[in-house]
Amino acid sequence: MRYFPLTDPEREEMKKVIGINDIKELFSDIPKGKSYFPLDNIPSMLHEDELIEKFMKYGEENEFHKYKSFLGGGAYNHFIPEAVKSLSMKGDFLTPYTPYQPEVSQGSLQAMFEYQTMMSMLTGMDISNSSLYDGGTAAAEGVLLMVRKSRKKKILAASNIHPEYLEIINSYIQNLDIVIELVDFDETSGKVDLADLRSKTGDDIGGLVFQSPNFFGVLEETDQITEIAHNSGSIVTQIVTEAFSLPFISSPGSNGVDIVVGEAQSFGLPLSYGGPFLGFISTRKEYVRQIPGRLVGETIDTNGKRGYVLTLSTREQHIKREKATSNICSNQAWCALRASIYLTILGEKGLNDISRSNHLNTAYFVKQLSGMDHVEVKFKEDFFNEVVVDLKNIDIDQFMNKLKAKGILPGIPLNWFFKEFKNHILVNFTEMHKKADIDNFVNAIGELK
Amino acid sequence: MNKLPELIFNISRKGKTGVSVSLNQFPDELIAINKKKLRNGIEDFPSLSEVETVRHFSNLARLNHSVDNGFYPLGSCTMKYNPKVNEKIAGIDNLSAHPYSPVDLVQGNLRIIKELEEWLIELTGMDSFTLTPSAGAHGEFTGMMIIRKYLTSLGDPRKIVLIPDSAHGTNPASAHFAGYDIREIPSNDEGIIDLEELKKHLDEDVAALMMTNPNTLGIFEKNIVEISKALHDNGSMLYMDGANMNAFLGIVRPGEIGADVIHLNLHKTFSTPHGGGGPGSGPIGVSKELSKFLPVPRITSEGGKLKVKYFTEEGIGRIKNYYGNFLVMVRALAYLMALGKENVSLVAEDAVLNANYIRKELEGHLDLPYKGKTLHEVVFSDSGLKVKTLDIAKRLLDYNIHPFTVYFPLIIHGAMMIEPTETESKETLDNFISVMKTILKEAEENPEYLKNSPHNTPVSRLDEVYAARKLILRWEKSEV
Repeated sequence: MRYFPLTDPEREEMKKVIGINDIKELFSDIPKGKSYFPLDNIPSMLHEDELIEKFMKYGEENEFHKYKSFLGGGAYNHFIPEAVKSLSMKGDFLTPYTPYQPEVSQGSLQAMFEYQTMMSMLTGMDISNSSLYDGGTAAAEGVLLMVRKSRKKKILAASNIHPEYLEIINSYIQNLDIVIELVDFDETSGKVDLADLRSKTGDDIGGLVFQSPNFFGVLEETDQITEIAHNSGSIVTQIVTEAFSLPFISSPGSNGVDIVVGEAQSFGLPLSYGGPFLGFISTRKEYVRQIPGRLVGETIDTNGKRGYVLTLSTREQHIKREKATSNICSNQAWCALRASIYLTILGEKGLNDISRSNHLNTAYFVKQLSGMDHVEVKFKEDFFNEVVVDLKNIDIDQFMNKLKAKGILPGIPLNWFFKEFKNHILVNFTEMHKKADIDNFVNAIGELK
Repeated sequence: MNKLPELIFNISRKGKTGVSVSLNQFPDELIAINKKKLRNGIEDFPSLSEVETVRHFSNLARLNHSVDNGFYPLGSCTMKYNPKVNEKIAGIDNLSAHPYSPVDLVQGNLRIIKELEEWLIELTGMDSFTLTPSAGAHGEFTGMMIIRKYLTSLGDPRKIVLIPDSAHGTNPASAHFAGYDIREIPSNDEGIIDLEELKKHLDEDVAALMMTNPNTLGIFEKNIVEISKALHDNGSMLYMDGANMNAFLGIVRPGEIGADVIHLNLHKTFSTPHGGGGPGSGPIGVSKELSKFLPVPRITSEGGKLKVKYFTEEGIGRIKNYYGNFLVMVRALAYLMALGKENVSLVAEDAVLNANYIRKELEGHLDLPYKGKTLHEVVFSDSGLKVKTLDIAKRLLDYNIHPFTVYFPLIIHGAMMIEPTETESKETLDNFISVMKTILKEAEENPEYLKNSPHNTPVSRLDEVYAARKLILRWEKSEV
C-alpha cells in the first residue's frame, strides 16, 4: 500500500537488527487476548480513484449546491481569490507542526506575525493572538479572560449575541463557579437595551460581553455600551461574527472596547460545513499576560538578524499546566495563515470595496422590500450585511418551502433560537450575490402576497 | 541560504490590491448606517498587488521545514505523511455547505460524519463518539466535562483528577477547566503507573485518572486493566489520552482494556495535516453509560435519513460552533477508507518497527533511562554528553532533519523523544541514525560548534528571552 514505504525484505532485516522473529513480539506488553482484535467489520481498502469517486458521491448526495443561499448567522460565503487557495495549499505551509523549532519555521512564524498585526489594525486593538478554535470558543475564552482580569465571577452577556456562542460560553463555565446574567435587547431597534444594561451593572460585575453587528445583523451603540460598563468598572468584550464588518464600521478599539473576540472565517475560508473556521482574540497590551493561546513575537538571532518565535509561553499549558491561562495547544494556525494571505492580497482597498458592497447589497434588498406590506424588515437602521425579515401572517414553514421550490434558501428561521420571533428569518447578503440574485429573491417574496 | 522577506507592511503602496471581483454598483445613498459609525480607512493596512503577494508567501513557504520536505520525528506528534488525495477530496465544492443548510440538503455530509463515527467506534471499541472537539486539548476538556456530568448524575462530581508526572501539560489544564483539582502521581522505575502507588491515592474524592497510553515514554501501560478495575471499584473513571493511538491502531481497542473515555487526534493518527499548529480534531469516544452526556449536535438516523439533534436533556451542551472541524473529518475518513481492513494494523506495526529500529541503533550511543519495551516512540536522555539536548536538536536542523520533541516528558533529563511514524523509508531512518552518530561525535570533539548551531538555516539560533522581554507582537510604523 502506497502509504508504507518499507519493503518486506527491509522489514525482515529490521526485525533481525532488533532481535525479534515476529512483529507481534513488540506488542507483548499488551494483556493477553486484548491485541489483534478481528477486523471483519472494517471495509476493504479503496484505491485512489475509487476513493475520489466515493467522496464525489457524498457530494452528489448533498443538494445544497442547487440553491441560491442567503444563509449567514456566523458563517458567510465570500469570494476567495485563486492565489489564496494555491498559496495556502503549499505543502510547506500545510504539513509542519506548531513551530517549536523557529529556525526552520520562519515562514509560518512571519506570516503569523503579519496576521497578528493585520487583525490588530482591523479591530483597532494593540495586540492579537495567533488563533483560537472558532468564534464561539473565542467568546468563551473572552469571558474567562474577563474573569481572570477582574477577579470577579459575575459576567453580563447581551441576549442578542449568537445563540450558539452563548451555549458555548455556558458549557465552558459550567464547572467554574461563574455566573452569566443576560442583558435584554430592545425589541424596536434590536440593540442592547441600555437602560437594562445600566440597571445590571455594578461592583460585582467583572465584565460585559456583547456582539456587534449582533445576531440580528444590527450594529450596537458600542461607544455608549462601553461608557456604561466602564463607569461601573466592568471590562467590555465585543464579539464579531462577521469579520467583514471591520473594514467598514468604526473599529471596536476606537469605541473603547477592551477585548475583541470572534470569527474570521470570512477572511478566506470556505463555508466547509462549519469548520475549520478561525477564532480570534485581540486586546489591550496590558492584558497580554492573561491572553489565551499562542503568540508570535519578533526577536533577533545570534547575528542580530530579525526573526520570529512563539513567545510568552509561560502563560501556556506546557509550562504552567493546571495554572495555564487556557488549555489550548493545537489551534487553527493554517486558517490564520490563510487569512494572512487573504488580507494581504485584498489589501485596504479590496477590503473596503467588498465590505461596502456587502452593506449596499443588503441596503438594496431592504429598499426593495420597503414597498411590500405583507413582509417587513424588522430592524431598518444600522444593519451591516444581515437583516431580520418579519413574515407577518405568512406561515414560516410554508414560506421556507415555497422559496426552496424556487431554488432559494432564504435564511435562518429565528424561531430556532428565539421564541419571541415566530415568523422571522435572518437573511444575509455578501458580494457573492449579484443584483439578479437579489431581484429574484425579492420577486419570490413579492409573489407570496 | 534563504533570507526572510521584508514584512508586507514595508513593501506596501497605498491603493494596490490583488483582488478583482465583480461588485454590484449601488449608490452610496443607500447606506443605512449612522455616519458616525462608519470607518474611514484602516490605518497603515498593507496594500500589495497579486504577484507581490504570491512572491511574498512563496518565499515564506521556502523557510519552513515540513513533512513534505523532510524527516520530522517529533515525538508524540505523529508527523506522518499527509496523503495528497485527501486534500483534493477536502476541496470538493459539493461538500462545502453552509452549516445551517436544511438537513435534507446535506445528507452526504451527515453521512461522512456518521461513517467516521462508526469507523472510530469499530477501531476503539467505545460505545459512541462526538467529532465536534477542535483539537486534542479541546477533546480532553470535553471528556472531563462528560465525566463530571456523569458523576454528578450519580450524586457527587468529586474533586480530584489524578495525572501521572509524565503527562502532557494539556491534561492538567483541561481537567482544571472542568472544575477539578489535580494530584500528580509519580511514575515507577519502569516509567509507568504503579498499581500499588495508584491505590494509595484512591479515595472518595478521586473523580478520574487521566492516562496516556502508550504513555509519553512510548511504553504501554501494561497494568491498564487492573488500574481500570481499581478505579471502577473506587467509583472513579479512566480517561485515556489517545494522542499516541498510532502505536496500536487496528491492534488494541481501548474500550476493551478498561477506558471509559478516550480522545483521538485526527491530525496525528489519522494523517490530517497539522497546518503549522492546526486545525486539528479531537474526537471523544465514551462507554455506553456516558453516551447520553455527549455534547450537541448529535446525528441520528431515522429510516435511512440522517437527522440532527441540537439539544439533549442530559448532555454537557455545545462546546464548538456547528459540527466541528468538518473538513478535517473528511480527510480522516478518506485516510481510513484508503487503508481498509487490509492495511489498518500495518500503521502501528510499521510505526513500532521503525521506532524500535532507531532505538536499537542508537541505544549504545545515547542514555536510555527507561529500558522497558517501547512502542511507537523512544525517549533518550542527554545525560553524559558534553552538550545539551537543545544543541543536538539545533544541529539536526543543519541536516534537513526536524528534531525530536525536546525536554518532554519532564521526568527525563534532557529528553529526546523520537517518533519516526510508519511513513518513513529505511533509507530515511538509516540517514537519521547516521546523522545522529555524526552529531554525537561532533559533540565529543567540538562541543562549541554544536552550541553555536544551527549553521545552515535561514536564521541562526533565535533569542527567545529577548522576544519575551521586548514583546514585539506586531509591526508598528516607525517614527521618522
